[in-house]
Amino acid sequence: MDLNAPHSMGTTIIGVTYDGGVVLGADSRTSTGMYVANRASDKITQLTDNVYICRSGSAADSQIVSDYVRYFLHQHTIQLGQPATVKVAANLVRLLSYNNKNMLQTGIIVGGWDKYEGGKIYGIPLGGTIIEQPFAIGGSGSSYLYGFFDQAWKEGMSKDEAEQLVVKAVSLAIARDGASGGVVRTVIINSDGVTRNFYPGDKLPLWHEELEPQNSLLDILSAASPEPMNI
Amino acid sequence: MGMKGNGSNHECSRERVKGEEEAAAELLLCREPIRIMSKGEVDYVHARGGFSFDSCRRNEMLLNKGLKPSSFLKTGTTIVGLIFQDGVILGADTRATEGPIVADKNCEKIHYMAPNIYCCGAGTAADTEAVTDTISSHLKLHRYHTARESRVVTALTLLKSHLFRYQGHVSAALVLGGVDVTGPHLHTIYPHGSTDSLPFATMGSGSLAAMAVFESKYHEGLSRDEGVKLVCEAICSGIFNDLGSGSNVDICVITKGQKEYLRNHLLPNPRTYISSKGYSFSKKT
Repeated sequence: MDLNAPHSMGTTIIGVTYDGGVVLGADSRTSTGMYVANRASDKITQLTDNVYICRSGSAADSQIVSDYVRYFLHQHTIQLGQPATVKVAANLVRLLSYNNKNMLQTGIIVGGWDKYEGGKIYGIPLGGTIIEQPFAIGGSGSSYLYGFFDQAWKEGMSKDEAEQLVVKAVSLAIARDGASGGVVRTVIINSDGVTRNFYPGDKLPLWHEELEPQNSLLDILSAASPEPMNI
Repeated sequence: MGMKGNGSNHECSRERVKGEEEAAAELLLCREPIRIMSKGEVDYVHARGGFSFDSCRRNEMLLNKGLKPSSFLKTGTTIVGLIFQDGVILGADTRATEGPIVADKNCEKIHYMAPNIYCCGAGTAADTEAVTDTISSHLKLHRYHTARESRVVTALTLLKSHLFRYQGHVSAALVLGGVDVTGPHLHTIYPHGSTDSLPFATMGSGSLAAMAVFESKYHEGLSRDEGVKLVCEAICSGIFNDLGSGSNVDICVITKGQKEYLRNHLLPNPRTYISSKGYSFSKKT
C-alpha cells in the first residue's frame, strides 16, 4: 500500500443550472492509492460570495489553483468595484489550467450566479478547455452518469428538482465507482444567496438489493443448475 | 495461428528498435509485450507448483546489467491528532528508522511551530525537521511584524505552499494542530501540498492501525483525560502493529492560552533484560 502516492480525488462532481441559479454537487472521498485519506472532504470550494467551484483530480493541484484564482478574483473585485462574474472566474481558472497543462492534473467545474447572466456552469476539464454548459459532470464517477443525464436532465427545472437530480446522480455514481464515496454535499447559488446542504452516506439509496445471506455453498450447489442466458 | 504469428513479429521488431536496456525497463514496469504461452508452457507452470523464482532471477540479471532498482521511502511512523472539548491533542511514536535498522529509539516527532501551534511529522526526518523549522522561523517574524498570536491557517498556508513548490520531493507528511483566536484547528498536510481539515487525523505507516482506533472510539466533546487516553491507544496500536513505529508515546495537549508537552508520556517498551553483572569488557577486547 503506497501511502506516499499523491492525494487524488477519484471523484464525482456535478454542476447543474436551473431556472434561477445553479446547484453544485460532489461526493466526499479523497484517496491516497487504495486508502481513503479523507472520507468527509469538501470538494466544493468558495471563490467569492457568488462563485463556487467543484474540484477533481489531484488534491494538491486543485487546491493551489483554487487558492490562486480566489486571490486574483479578490483583486479583480476590488479593482472592478462590483462582484465578479462567473465568466471571469471560469476564465481565470482556464488560464491557469491551460498555461500549466503539463504540470497540473485537475478537472474543475465553476458554477455561480451573477446579475448579468444569471446562473451559469462552466466545465474546465484536464487540458484547460473552457466550455459553458447547462450541466457539467466530472471526475472518475462521471463515466457512469453520461447516460443518466442524457435521459434525466431537462430545461427549466425548479430548485428542488435540480437538487434532487444532483443528489440522485451522485449517489448513483457512488454506487458504481470505487473511487467515490462518503457523503453528498450540495451548494445552491441564486440571487438570494448560497445554501449548503449535506446528505449523509447511510441515508442514500443503495441502488441494489441486499443479497440473501448464504450459510454454505452446498445449499447453492444442490439447487437446480441455472438456465443458460438467452439472447 | 495467424494471431500468434503477428504477436511474435511485433515482439521482435520492438526489440530490434529499442535497446536491451529499454526492453528490460519496460519489463520491470510490467509493460511486457503480450505473449501467447504454448500449451507445453502452461502445463509446466502448473506442474511445478509453489513460488516461482523466475522474476527474482530476471531482477538479479537486470541489476547485474546495471539497472537501478526503484527506490522506496518508508515513512516509519505513527502520528495522530484529535480535537477535543477545549483544544487539540497531538500524539506520536518515537522510533526513527534507517531502512530495517532503528536509528533512534527515542526521537522527537512533535515539532514546535509557535507557542500555540505544534506539528507532528512523518516521512524523511531531515525534511520534516527542516520544513517545520523554516516555517516556525517564518511565523516568528510574522508575529513580530503583525504583533499578534500566530494562526494555524497561516502555518498551514506556509507549509502547503512550500511543499507544493517542491512537487512532492520534500517528503514530509504533517499533522498540524493548534489553538488560536478563531478556535482549535487540526490539519493534515501531504507531501504534494494538499491539505485536509479534520476532527481527528492519522499519518505515517502506522496510520491505518491508529485510524482504526479513532474510527471506533472517537466522539465529539471528549474531555482532556479521555482524549489523552484515546491518543495513547491509537499510538500504541501503531507501535505494536506497525513495524515502522515503536518505542514510546509522546503527547502534546494544546488549549487556549496553554500547552503541555508530555514527552514520553507512556513507555510501553521498557528494557526487560538487563544483565545484573553490568557490561564491563577487559581491556583490548
